[in-house]
Amino acid sequence: MSNTAPLLQVKNLRVEFPTRRGTLVALDDVSFDIAPGEVLGVVGESGAGKSMTGAAIIGLLEPPGRIARGEILFAGKRIDNLRYEQMRRLRGKEIGAIFQDPLTTLNPLYTVGHQLVETITTHLPLNPAEARKRAIEWLEHVGIPAAAQRIDSYPHEFSGGMRQRVVIALALCAEPKLIVADEPTTALDVSIQAQVIALLKTLAREKGTAMMLVTHDMGVIAETADRVAVMYAGRIAEIGPVREVVKHANHPYSAGLMASIPPLDRRVERLAQIDGAMPRLSAIPQGCAYNPRCPQVFGKCRELRPDLLDAVTTRAACWLYDTETARG
Amino acid sequence: MFAFIINRILQAIPVMLAVALISFAMFAYVGDPVAIMLGQDFTEAQRDALVHDLGLDQPFWVQFATFTGHAIRGEFGLSYRLSRPVAELIGERAPATLELAFCAAVLALAVGVPMGVYTGLYRNSWLSRFFLTFSLVGVSLPTFLIGILLILVFAVWLGWLPSFGRGDTVQLGWWSTGFLTWSGIKALILPSITLGLFQLTLIMRLVRAEMLEVLRTDYIKFARARGLPNRAVHFGHALKNTLVPVITIVGLQLGAIIAFAIVTETVFQWPGMGLLFIQSVGVADIPVMSAYLLLIALVFVSINLIVDLLYYAVDPRLRIGRGKGGH
Ligand SMILES: Nc1ncnc2c1ncn2[C@@H]1O[C@H](COP(=O)(O)OP(=O)(O)O)[C@@H](O)[C@H]1O
Ligand code: SF4
Ligand SMILES: [Mg+2]
Repeated sequence: MSNTAPLLQVKNLRVEFPTRRGTLVALDDVSFDIAPGEVLGVVGESGAGKSMTGAAIIGLLEPPGRIARGEILFAGKRIDNLRYEQMRRLRGKEIGAIFQDPLTTLNPLYTVGHQLVETITTHLPLNPAEARKRAIEWLEHVGIPAAAQRIDSYPHEFSGGMRQRVVIALALCAEPKLIVADEPTTALDVSIQAQVIALLKTLAREKGTAMMLVTHDMGVIAETADRVAVMYAGRIAEIGPVREVVKHANHPYSAGLMASIPPLDRRVERLAQIDGAMPRLSAIPQGCAYNPRCPQVFGKCRELRPDLLDAVTTRAACWLYDTETARG
Repeated sequence: MFAFIINRILQAIPVMLAVALISFAMFAYVGDPVAIMLGQDFTEAQRDALVHDLGLDQPFWVQFATFTGHAIRGEFGLSYRLSRPVAELIGERAPATLELAFCAAVLALAVGVPMGVYTGLYRNSWLSRFFLTFSLVGVSLPTFLIGILLILVFAVWLGWLPSFGRGDTVQLGWWSTGFLTWSGIKALILPSITLGLFQLTLIMRLVRAEMLEVLRTDYIKFARARGLPNRAVHFGHALKNTLVPVITIVGLQLGAIIAFAIVTETVFQWPGMGLLFIQSVGVADIPVMSAYLLLIALVFVSINLIVDLLYYAVDPRLRIGRGKGGH
């Protein structure tokens, strides 16, 4: 994949929240690419900045949050500085989004058909009748039985899993090239999480859709992602091919995360607990943000913050991979 | 649907009976109707005859049953003050109050809802701040003061609008309307503003608060993430979700508009039911007072029913038994 021009490029992204007690830096120096059709898994403890990264990409950071530095490029063009209306045209059409909780993502007062048709007619040159036909096809794609009848049902008439299928149909119906899926199964019943992920994966493969898949489920990452980014305290701690990061993590934090993943036959497990807690944004320690919890911490870690360094199989933000440190 | 309506009507009956009981208690125990009706000179025999005629020698529950039976047929006896049937008096006065309340409600909705939407969407704009300050005035100034100020400016200083009365009215059957003459319409303006201003600001603040709430929800974020234009997000998705609470309050406020017309009608000498009520209170004209009380209760109960039906129309989650159910 390394030779394909990237579909999405995030470069040195910094997101700030001005508050009365100073500026909070929610994301700092976040850089990664996603190639066309590629699935990038994003993992990390709650509060690491995964959702914030997704929100910055789709241009829906909640004010007063703003991109303070860096660039986001989609298909080679900058999208982080577009005006609202220009960015709106990209949302849904080029970059789709799936949120965590299907129970709250659909407007309860409109039928799923209404919501599908309005999305389709917003982005595609179809009349309402054609859009409705397309909507039924999409409901069939995502595995809603009796789609032609169910299209006129309201969200509350579907179960959680079925609603997330509807959400997936809504996110994909204008055939975007990139999907930002933020914990798409976390709110679902464990028994149906695998089906929904399988559906998402199949559709993305079929349509060649690239995906940024945020999840806590290492089993899902192992099965679905091509590459993984591990986030910690608003930065990327490690990024690399899925096999390497899951099996042979280089960064001590990723290693801790992966340490207690059960064997693959017992999938759908939560992240292991690492001693201590991720620092709050207002109290990120000097040097490496992970240093208070890191078993391999040494002098330099408490003074300087490491950038992503080449760790042979992956790239890791850790002084252990600094050639000069190693030498000296 | 039909069962739902019947159910609601059945629920309303105890409420109406309770109000009827209060009404009746007032009728029977406040003041002495016999003394009021007989005046100064009377004999013991005349008195007994009147007590008998009025049924006041009957047991309490029999009297109450008789009262309720009459009330259902709209019979509230004669006004002590005007010696005319109460129903007739109220019938004459009702169009004035209802037309005034209608104009006030339309004003409150037609101005309050858009102002609420605007201030919710553009929280920090200059105009929003102005609307919010203005709404504080509307909420905090008492109605009679607003009425008097309006009269002072538009009737006394500028002389544009009349300061009292309904102007010329046209009789349509038993209904007298002020809508068909220029002077009737002019006469409606100041009282409608006075009566509707409080509700207008209340509706504006409510719609604003609801919009702010709804704009934070996941389905609004998702609507934006789907790339829907702002117009669809704001008016299709957000505004519709504010309607359920707004309908409740607007319904209750509509009842309040009719009930609180008393003050406005007094300030503008508006010949409606409220003015009739105030004039009746002054001389303890109990039949008129109790009839008015029951009528206001009936208005509130009916509005409640309508509000419930509107919920039903707006929110599909309440339409139980529709479709095949969820799985
Ligand atoms: N509106 C906000 N104002 C200030 N800080 C925020 C706001 N929203 C989120 N944050 C902070 O940004 C950080 C990243 O949050 P988020 O991206 O939601 O984490 P994740 O999705 O990885 O769990 C968290 O520390 C959170 O507290
Ligand atoms: S830089 Fe130091 S503290 Fe940070 S992860 Fe590497 S070894 Fe641990
Ligand atoms: Mg999150």
